[in-house]
Parts: sequence; structure tokens; C-alpha cells
Amino acid sequence: MSDLTRQSAAQLAAHLAAGEVSSVEVTQAHLDRIAAVDTDVHAFLHVSTESALATARDIDARRAAGEDLHPLAGVPIAVKDVVVTKGLPTTAGSKILEGWIPPYDATLVEKIKAAGLPILGKTNMDEFAMGSSTEHSAYGNTRNPWDLDRIPGGSGGGSAAAVAAFEAPLAIGTDTGGSIRQPGAVTGTVGVKPTYGGVSRYGLIAMASSLDQAGPVTRTVLDSALLHELIGGHDPRDSTSLNEPVPTLVDAARQGALGDLTGVRVGVVKELSGEGYQAGVSARFEESLELLKSAGAEVVEVSCPHFVNALAAYYLIMPAEASSNLAKFDGMRFGLRVEPTEGPVTAERVMSATRGAGFGDEVKRRVILGTYALSAGYYDAYYGSAQKVRTLIQRDFAAAFEKADVLVSPTAPTTAFKFGEKLDDPLAMYLNDVATIPANLAGVPGLSLPNGLSDDGLPVGFQILAPARADERLYRVGAALESALENVWGGPILDQAPELEIR
Amino acid sequence: MSHSAHVDLVDYDEAVARFDPVIGIEVHVELGTRTKMFCAAEVEFGGAPNTQTTPVSLGLPGALPVVNGKAVESAIKIGLALNCSIAESCRFARKNYFYPDVPKNFQTSQYDEPIAFDGYLDVELDDGSIFRVEIERAHMEEDAGKNTHVGGSTGRIHGADHSLVDYNRAGIPLVEIVTRPIEGAGDRAPEVARAYVQTLRDMFRALDVSEARMERGNVRADVNLSLRATPESPLGTRTETKNVNSFRSIERAVRYEVSRQAAVLDAGKTVTQETRHWHEDTSTTTAGRVKSDAEDYRYFPEPDLVPVEPSRAWVEEIRATLPEMPADRRRRLQGDWGFSDPEMRDVVNAGALELIETTIAAGSSPAAARKWWMGELARAAKTTEVELADLPVTPEQIGQLQSLVDSGRINDKMARQVLEGVLAGEGSPEEVVVARGLEIVSDDGPLLEAIDTVLAAQPDIVEKIRSGNLGPIGAVIGAVMKATRGQADAGRVRELVVERIG
Amino acid sequence: MSTLSRDEVARVAALARIDLTPEELDRLAGELVVIVDAIAEVSAVATPDVPATSHPLPLSNVFRDDVPVAPLDVDEIMASAPASEDGRFLVPQILGEDS
Repeated sequence: MSDLTRQSAAQLAAHLAAGEVSSVEVTQAHLDRIAAVDTDVHAFLHVSTESALATARDIDARRAAGEDLHPLAGVPIAVKDVVVTKGLPTTAGSKILEGWIPPYDATLVEKIKAAGLPILGKTNMDEFAMGSSTEHSAYGNTRNPWDLDRIPGGSGGGSAAAVAAFEAPLAIGTDTGGSIRQPGAVTGTVGVKPTYGGVSRYGLIAMASSLDQAGPVTRTVLDSALLHELIGGHDPRDSTSLNEPVPTLVDAARQGALGDLTGVRVGVVKELSGEGYQAGVSARFEESLELLKSAGAEVVEVSCPHFVNALAAYYLIMPAEASSNLAKFDGMRFGLRVEPTEGPVTAERVMSATRGAGFGDEVKRRVILGTYALSAGYYDAYYGSAQKVRTLIQRDFAAAFEKADVLVSPTAPTTAFKFGEKLDDPLAMYLNDVATIPANLAGVPGLSLPNGLSDDGLPVGFQILAPARADERLYRVGAALESALENVWGGPILDQAPELEIR
Repeated sequence: MSHSAHVDLVDYDEAVARFDPVIGIEVHVELGTRTKMFCAAEVEFGGAPNTQTTPVSLGLPGALPVVNGKAVESAIKIGLALNCSIAESCRFARKNYFYPDVPKNFQTSQYDEPIAFDGYLDVELDDGSIFRVEIERAHMEEDAGKNTHVGGSTGRIHGADHSLVDYNRAGIPLVEIVTRPIEGAGDRAPEVARAYVQTLRDMFRALDVSEARMERGNVRADVNLSLRATPESPLGTRTETKNVNSFRSIERAVRYEVSRQAAVLDAGKTVTQETRHWHEDTSTTTAGRVKSDAEDYRYFPEPDLVPVEPSRAWVEEIRATLPEMPADRRRRLQGDWGFSDPEMRDVVNAGALELIETTIAAGSSPAAARKWWMGELARAAKTTEVELADLPVTPEQIGQLQSLVDSGRINDKMARQVLEGVLAGEGSPEEVVVARGLEIVSDDGPLLEAIDTVLAAQPDIVEKIRSGNLGPIGAVIGAVMKATRGQADAGRVRELVVERIG
Repeated sequence: MSTLSRDEVARVAALARIDLTPEELDRLAGELVVIVDAIAEVSAVATPDVPATSHPLPLSNVFRDDVPVAPLDVDEIMASAPASEDGRFLVPQILGEDS
């Protein structure tokens, strides 16, 4: 059989089910790939070789015994290090959690384990999910497999790079302002942020509680649908989780792949294109619209006037919630503890010293910003106002979805930039998320899939947004576009990626 | 913070003559639910440290809160019993502050949207008068863990080497009840404060929402006090006194603060707005450390929880399950029984209320029941140094005893002897009557015999009585009673004597 | 419009319990002023007639039954503690009044 690491998860699942290959073989192949390329890519913070193979062996045995298994059983997966995994180190990309071993599993990890997917390891990320380039990881950069001098996106650069580098067919990411979708765009992979509440947040190290969602990171739309169906669903341990069954996403993806979008109204958001968007990004976007039209879709223009305020609202709500969520990292119960070098060693001073030493720059920036936005006298002007802008953005979406079944835009304004390019200018860094942030504020689902290469030869992403609880629309439209694009390219886009050096 | 620093005090009576005290009381009650407010860790008094936590109550990364429905029900019960409005929609909020016993470094509480608000509680004072305390709000929140300070000479925080933290209590459901400023209590302010908390305590038990034991910390009170020149003056600066752990302390803390603040004002200074700490051993308050950023809690709506919106139907369902409040019950019983206010008060203070109630249920009249429990039995209890309820006689037996009197089988004097026998363990009233032969002679025969014997011995009395002088009849009756060892009905004896003499 | 002076940043950093070196303080103050000015625009858009949204989706009344679950194992918890003694977390001396 051809290189197992080049197969999609759906293909691997089929081979496993047919008995053509064992999970141990599949898992080992990926562990070998990690060993070969991760010195360069650095997608992984922790590789759990033994436990992954143990799961693989167990699945192989159960399959041989005739047991009914989950469709994805035996297909390996990587998990972003912001998700709590019992017995496996979990750092959230931060020094303050160096060496922490959680005593419990996140709900989505329980589901993955119950389905029998071997967990390859934990992937790198911007510290506490704060960033758009993974440069803010306390454990070093992850490099974009398309160009090792460039960022893989963030905060979930590790998961996207792992999947783009064929180190894993599936990965879990989390998305608060675009941290699944934007890395997807710059690495040529697929990433989905479910409807808020669609996937349990129990066990996700919280950044912004009202914005965070976990979701799939894959190379194909169908793979994302398969993984989304596995991890989605109501969780009584998450009060904000939707009490509804997971929609039939796999069916939607398969149906979409047939290529017929007759009757589907596609809305182009005026405010999410134009100035600030790289020429190649805009060009690929227009071409994708043509493909959608050819598939029978009707393309209309919609306006969401308050989207121009989304970035500002986001950079008030998110830091405010994060400042409170990160208060627990204080050196008292777990993680790093640092004592002040001079003066009395009090609890208060140890907390401050620990956080001063354990948090990186971006985290400090956002925690202080958030604390400020909530503090006495400033609440109404900042946090309070931002929550009102959120209402306006939800109303914009509602109005737009009257006219269109899905909304589309380029996922990110630019392709992958070089390391260090935006580190000195936080605002410039924040602008990477301008197209993805509105969905988080409103709670609506979004998907990014690769729709070509820009003039610089780097991947570009196409974003699809749907109304809350209508995630299946993402998969139908996404699969249709993917199918059309791969026809044009003659194969998946990652076939065009440069080969990584095998070490 | 030294206790030995001299503090000026004005004599309490003088202070309240010249100043008008205004008090405010915040009470925290621990709900007696099986599990915590936001997670399903079991709540049990006295477990080994850190054996009753989940990732949620330990504040571990990734954990999320889920509201305990039973706690919400209890909070609504409390709100209804306090005559409050129940919110149609309310949210939890985060109160952000750093402290090692607060595992998330924020407390999940309710800020500007309490579940219950705008109520009142009628409090009965010692003299029976009723004082209405206005309730501003009652809201839900979670308790913190427990720090034990180690090292240093006193074991208290200042001078402590380190602390050991146990999170078993972290997350236990609390309801906080806040009064509006309590005005018009005058010199009775200490009593009002104490009676208010006592009434709340009785209410919590009647509602079955908490064991409400102050000594276990199930009920905690913080007392606020300010003074002003007259009731028409604007409110003065208030202090908040914490660590008031008993009813007696509440009363004494108010008295002390009145005296202390009066002295401050007399000296022309202003009272410092601060949190103070009550010291049981010295009966004083001292200033706590001033916290510069203590008030900036940066409240915002808890994003991990969704609003609580109790339907009106659910609220009415809960209202229908509310038991009669202790004060209402006492008033009803007093009316039914026809006791005067002092009589009722004595009964309540003696702990005889339920005993009398049960005795009446066993057939006795209220007056008779009260007579027994507040008379003979109270004396017996005092002599043997036990509580009334611990005497070796049941209310049912007292009821039986009274029935024997009511039916004429024994008289009062004999009843006391029967009671003696019951208390001595000789058996039930019926058994004692039989065993000791204490029954009233109901057959006229023996009575007439006895009468004849007495009259025969005193012929001149017969003449006197016949001639209309009824005075000596008492002596005749007395003699007959003595002859029958008191087991005659005096009234019947009199009738027979008169009949006999003619 | 922003009042985010260097002193203010220092005050807020203390409120957030984060030690900053003087260099960090300078740099952060500079960066934050720019950010705060950029986001201050929201107050202009957020007129009084617009209600605030704190939760993206309108859920309510999510409760759990009062039934216990197994607690965390105390040894496992203590294994991650920076310092502990007899099953309790050992923390440095706490200054400030008793809570």
C-alpha cells in the first residue's frame, strides 16, 4: 500500500475496516514520520509513543475479535496542548504549566479514547491560545511545512502543521478568534469551528469562555465531518453545551462532494474583503466564487456593517474573560512556583513572581488589558460596550442569513508571513483574525478550506460561515468547493507542497 | 493590631442616648445539599483534607461549573420565607480576587442580579414585640477552602510561616442574605441584631435547607454599624465586624462598636470605614489590615453558566411546600390555647412548646398541660438537673394522667403522687394508680361509713351544722378525707355529709 | 481617550498579580496605549438602546441533580502540588486579614 501517511483519515478508516492494514502499522507509520520531520517542523510538544501503540494494539485485537468499532477506530490523532489529557503532559504552550500532568481527561478526549483513536501526542500552540502565529509558544516556534521560515498560523499552528506535514491524519484544535481556521488557511489544511456549544468545553484550558470552541483539523472536508461528529454533542459537564444531537455532517459532506449546489445562496460579506487583503488572496477568492457558481450556487453580496467593530470588541471581551480564567495560574496548587529573590516570601508575592516568570509577553499584554477593561470605572466603556457590539454583530449575521444560506470570505488577509515580521506590532498581528473573529462573537460555525496558492506560492484559505446550529451547510458547500478545486488541481493541494527533508 | 492598645469607650447607655445606631447584617448560610454548588463533589463534615474535590472545586485548568438544582430550590425557599420577590431571570457573576483559599482566584457569586430581593422578616424580641427587618437581597454563591496558618507564635496570620490549604469546603453552596440599613432600633439595636440572626437560624431549620449550626459555621454573620446624631441625620460611616460566631457575640459586638464609635465621634474624629475583627476572648473589635485593591472585584457575568430563570409555576410549587415558620406557629398556638403573652414566652423559653403540644394532642386541655409542664415537671427537672424533654415521662403519659383527673378517678393531690411514681419508673399512670391503690373511692358505701364514724365521734358538730352553721363542715370533710387516705372526692363527701346530717 | 499611563499599567499589573521589570513596564505601557486607543471606538457604537450579549446562544436553566460523583484522588492531586504537607497544599504566608 502507498505511504500510509498520505492517506486521508477516511481512506485509512476504510483500509482498517477492510483488514488491509492494522492500526499498529498506521500508528507506527505516523510515529516514524514524526521522528523524520518534526525536528524541522516542531509541531509536537509531546509524543506519546507507548500509549498510542497500546491503543492501536487494543483496537487491532478488538477488530480481530469481531467487535463493532467506531468508523475512525485505529486512526491516529494529535491533540492541541490546550486540551487536558489525563496522564499526558499538558502545557497550553506555557512555562507556567511545564510538567503538569492533569488528573482527568477532557470530554472530547474521553470520546476519542472511547472510539479507539490512538493519540500521537500534544501539539504546539501560542501560549494559552493567544496569538496568530504560534510564535508566542514558550517552547519554540512551529514551522510551516510549506516554508520552514514562515509561521504556521496560530494559535493552533502545531495541529495544522502536523496535519500538513503528514505527521497525523487528524488533529484537534481550538478556535477563539480563528485559531483553527487561520492556521488552516496558511498551511493548506481544513479547519472547522463548530457552533458555540456544539463541542464540549469541559477540559479545554479556557481562554475566553464565551468564544472558545474545539474543532477538527484535517486535510479533507470529509475527515473534518467524521471527526466533528465524533467529538460533538451535549455534555452535562458543560453548562453552555447545546442539548441537541449532532447534525448529520458526514452525510452533508458526501452529498456536497457530488458537486451540486443548485438553490444554495452564497453571501459575500462586503466588509471582509478589499483593502488589507493580499492580491493573491483576493484573486483565489474570486476564482472560488466562480467555481461555486458553476456548481449552481447563487452568489449575492451582503453587508455586515458592524463587522468593522468586531476586532475591537473581540480584543475587549477576550482579554477580559481570559484575565479571569488565567487567574488560577498562581503557583499555589499546580504548575510553576517561583519565589521572589528578595523581600518576604508571601503568598501574594509568590503569585506575582510566578506569573511574572511563567507568563510570556502576549499573555501579560492581554491579561493586563483585560484586567483594565473590567476594572472599576472602565467596565461600561470597555467590556460593557464590547458586549453591546456583540449584539450588533449577531444582528448583522441574522440579517445576512435572511439573504444567504452561507456567508463566505477569504479566511485570512495574507498568506504565511515570516517569523518575526509582526512580533513587534501586536495590532498588526491581531489583524490576521479580522475575518474569523465575527463568527466567534456571534457563536456561528465556520470552516476554512484551502482554495489555492497565492502569487508567493503559499496556501490561501476560503472561509464559509453558517447560521448557528446549521453546521451541516459548511460541510455541504465546503465539500462541493473542495471537489471542484481538486478537479482543477488534479489532486489535493498538499500534493503541491514541497517535500520535507527526512532526518 | 495589638489588643493591648488603649481604646476609648463611651458607656453604652450613654452612647445610645446621644447617638442613633443604624445596623446592617449580612448572613451567610451553608446549604445542607449533598453536593457542592457548582460540582458534584460530596459534602460531608470532617473529611480528610482534599478528599472531597473535583477538578471544578479544585479550580483545575479546563474545569467548568454546573449549577446544583437543589441549591437553587433552597435559595428560592429562603427568598420566599423572607417575603422576597423571586427574580424572573438572574445570572451568576465572577467576583475576582486573589487568595489561596479561592481556587480559581475568583468566586462565582451573584452581583447585580440576586435570585431574591426586596423582602422582610418580622423578628420577635424578648418582650414579645415585633421588629420588622427589611431584606435587600438573598443570593447564591460558593464557599472558599480552609487555610490553616502554621508557625508564628499565635498561629494567626501575622507572624505565620506558611499556610496549609484544604479545599473540601471550597464550592459548598452558600446563600448570602443582606438587610437594608436597620433603623429605629435605638438602644435595642444589639438585641435586634441577635434576635434577627436567631430567627433566621430557626427559619433555616424549619425550611430544612441547612442544619444551621452557628458553632459549626453553617451560619455566619457580619455586623455593620454606624452612628448618627439623630434619626433625621444622614447615615454615618459604618464599620463591618466579622468573625462573630455566636448569638451572644453578635449582641456584644454591636454594643462594643456603639461604645467605641461614640468615643471616636466625641473626640471630634471620624470613624474609619473598615472591616473589623471580633475577639471573643477580650470582647472587643480590632481593625483588620486595610486592603488597597480589595474593592475592585471586577464583576462580570459568569460566561461558563447560563441564566437561572425560575418559572412562576416552579416558584409557586416551592411556595406550596413551605412549612409554617416558627414565629407564625407560635402565634397560632398561642391563639388556640388562650395563653397570655408572658405565659407563652415562659413556655417557649422553658423549651416546653412541643411537649405541651403533644400533651394536648393526647387529650389534655391547654391550661392543664401548661400547669403540669411549667409546674410539677419544671420543678422535677430542676431538682434532677435535666432538661424538661429528658424527664422520664412522656407527654402522652401526662395526657393520660390528666385524663385520670378529668374522669374523676383521681384528684389533684393523688395525681401528683401518681406522677411521682411515673418519674420513679414504677410504670404508666394507670399502672401506678393500681399498684399504689390511688383511686378515688367512688362507692358511697365506704364514704358513708367513714362519715358516720366521724360524725359519731363529734355529735356537737352535727348539732352546729343542723342549726345552719356550715363552718365545721370543712373539718368533717377533712376528717373523712384523712380516714380514706385522701382517696375520696371532696365534693361528693360534702354532699353526703349534708345529706346525712339533714 | 485612554488613561493607560505607565503608572496605571503598574497598578493594573499589581491587581493582576504579575511582576513586571521596569523594561517590561515601559514596553507594555507603550503597546497598550495603542491597543486601547484602537478599541476605544466600541463605546461610540454601543449606544444605550443596544442590549449587551454575554452568551452567544440563549440557553437557560441548566441544572444538575444533587447526586455525588467520585472525587479526585488526593494523592494524585498532591503529586502536582508545588508543595504539600499531610494532604494539604502548602502555601507561603498570607498577609491580610482572615477572610
